[in-house]
Amino acid sequence: MQVTNEEFKPTIVAFCCNWCSYAGADLSGTNRLSYPANVKIIRVPCSCRVNPMFILRAFQRGADGVILCGCHPGDCHYTTGNYYARRRMTLLFSMLDYLGIERKRTRVEWVSAAEGAKFAATMNDFVATVTKLGENKRLEDLRCKN
Amino acid sequence: MQKIGVFVCWCGTNIAATVDVEAVSETLSHEPGVVFSTNYQYMCSQAGQDKITEAIRDYQLDGVVICSCSPRMHEATFRKTVSKAGLNPYMLEIANIREQCSWIHKDKATATEKAIILGRAAIAKVHLNAPLTAGESPVVKRALVIGGGIAGIQTALDIADAGFPVDIVETKPTVGGKMTQIDKTFPTLDCAACILTPKMVDVAQNENIRIFSYSEVEAVKGFVGNFSVTIRRKARYVKEDVCTGCGLCTEKCPQKKVPNEFNLGLDNRHAVYIPFAQAVPKVATIDANYCTMLKTGKCGICSKVCTAGAIDYKQKDQLIDVQYGAIVVATGFNPINPEKFDEFAYSQSPDVVTSLEFERLMNAAGPTAGTLLRPSDGKHPKTLVFIQCVGSRDISCKGKPYCSKICCMYTAKHAMLCREKYPDTEVYVFYIDVRTPGKNFDEFYRRAVEEYGVHYIKGMVGKVEPVDGKLKVQAADLLNNEQIHIDADMVVLAVAIEPDKSARRLATMLTASIDTNDFFTEAHPKLRPVESPTAGIYLSGVCQGPKDIPETVAQAGAAASKVIGLLNKDHLTCNPCVAESDELMCNGCSACEKVCAYGAITYMDKEFRGPNRTKLIRRVAHVNPAVCQGCGACTVACPSGAMDLKGFSTRQIMAEVDAICK
Repeated sequence: MQVTNEEFKPTIVAFCCNWCSYAGADLSGTNRLSYPANVKIIRVPCSCRVNPMFILRAFQRGADGVILCGCHPGDCHYTTGNYYARRRMTLLFSMLDYLGIERKRTRVEWVSAAEGAKFAATMNDFVATVTKLGENKRLEDLRCKN
Repeated sequence: MQKIGVFVCWCGTNIAATVDVEAVSETLSHEPGVVFSTNYQYMCSQAGQDKITEAIRDYQLDGVVICSCSPRMHEATFRKTVSKAGLNPYMLEIANIREQCSWIHKDKATATEKAIILGRAAIAKVHLNAPLTAGESPVVKRALVIGGGIAGIQTALDIADAGFPVDIVETKPTVGGKMTQIDKTFPTLDCAACILTPKMVDVAQNENIRIFSYSEVEAVKGFVGNFSVTIRRKARYVKEDVCTGCGLCTEKCPQKKVPNEFNLGLDNRHAVYIPFAQAVPKVATIDANYCTMLKTGKCGICSKVCTAGAIDYKQKDQLIDVQYGAIVVATGFNPINPEKFDEFAYSQSPDVVTSLEFERLMNAAGPTAGTLLRPSDGKHPKTLVFIQCVGSRDISCKGKPYCSKICCMYTAKHAMLCREKYPDTEVYVFYIDVRTPGKNFDEFYRRAVEEYGVHYIKGMVGKVEPVDGKLKVQAADLLNNEQIHIDADMVVLAVAIEPDKSARRLATMLTASIDTNDFFTEAHPKLRPVESPTAGIYLSGVCQGPKDIPETVAQAGAAASKVIGLLNKDHLTCNPCVAESDELMCNGCSACEKVCAYGAITYMDKEFRGPNRTKLIRRVAHVNPAVCQGCGACTVACPSGAMDLKGFSTRQIMAEVDAICK
């Protein structure tokens, strides 16, 4: 999928677990697949390291979408970390939805180290979705703007 | 402000073709704290590494950012480089501008812009990096093997051969496991006892091996290199060190009607028993469920006849604590109970037997002394039907979805042995597929069909019905597309095998993982097949998945070599990126302890200084850095923000977020 809106390039933060999704992202690079440059990856040891605070911070600082990628359920390197992440994000995303950050701006996705193609496809789709939604103005803190 | 050096790698043209490396190093040189910024063709080469080392010395750098390939590729390399230059190896961050930038994007302007942002995030993070030192924990030079079958025996022998002490914990009164019950082994047809019993004797005589038979693992604490295991030595009411194994008590015991589990209940044993003649240790055991003396207090014959004075009716279960460096799980398997598959009439007729029961009926040391006789009337069976895949490859809730792997081969063996010993018998084998991957396996199966004239019929048996002392077998022949009716004298079920019942409880104790079928999971299905994902726990034999004897022995040796590799070390280096609790902020709520999958967090009462020279005792969390694996689950669970993860601290990740969203 190509990003249609040439004007607007959303800022996307992707938190990727070191063991699965970060390796999956590396694999999509190794396979020379492409996804938009708006996606910037932050490496975390496990999806359960992602504090809801990080996501709030991203939106506060002007991110337009946040995606969290972890190991598939049952495959967590730390046995149960991704389950914690799933629960926390379910609650957080529902609260963000209430606050006016649309459901489609936030996502949890399971990508294994072997799923380079899935990583690229997920990012393409996510960027397209967020681009359609437009700029996030709801939680952005204008005081943070330089 | 830290002094930071930035090194941008071209990676030949891999990065330089799509990222303007010159622009990246130039832009990043204006970032706060950056005192040196350069780019070079191959940063990972010796010349590139020298550039980093020189810059660290010349500019007295406190932190290094390398914009290059994935940290999964060269993080370790560059850590060594900065460490050689005298900087702490954890004062390094890598911006992944190859796999996650130059290889993804085609447009040079876009890729360059992204590379700059990624570099900025890494610089923001490295500002907050703190020097970390990997801790060391000592290794206890003793291994524990749980399970004393052929897997456990081989593992223990190999570890002991390398000079390390090993303990075997076996729940039965003797080691040997399932292999002791097997008559002959495929595809060579050599006798199982002849190859196993010498190994059992080796285990008993090896100075480095202790056998805790009739014992169970009760609790496991600790971590790799330093496990503390509580072993329950069940009361056998016989002093193990005094008993000579003469067997006099077992002959004189008046309670003779105890189903003999060694022969799978096909005959009886006494209440005091030695499982079989070659048992190791050869010590009698009193079965408390049947012993008249233990139940009613009236009998005591065994203690009267025992000249060694080994009988002790007052013996109690004993709990012993032993320290180990490594643990090998070798808990093995059991055949499933085929009663669920009532179409095969296992519960209705004694002449429907499982393959392991058939094995005992063919065994010279078995209940029939090796003559094949029907359990119902002791007559010679003339027609035998073998049914394969009973419960294996069965996705209904009754069976197991996996292939039990060994059944095709042992059924071929049974069929062949029947025809060899009793040429007057007719032998039918019903199969879905015959699977014979293994050295000389297919040749063996073909011999059964071609030389021994075993009738192999593709199709499943629909029903077995006991009528007038015969077993009416109704089956489908799929190749001829017809229904078959056979009047059989005996039916043998090749039932699925399942992991021993203890697996689930043990996995919880060891924090090792098991799959949906209760088989232990390996750390990597291809590359780390004998290690569990939990450090210091190794897997041997069928507890990891169905396998035959040679495979089990090979895996046992592999597990042993991993254990030897671990025990050879005096200390283990720990991952320094572990959680840490700020005691002043911690309110002792236990939220972190609950989410920790490794039991790395404990609580302790600590004294703090209060106002006006008072003392306060508060309960605070303490992370054991040797146990913590650094996942960070606790950092998010902590409501007071006391818990943080070194190397991936909250402030560091926030700084990255800020840099990206700028």
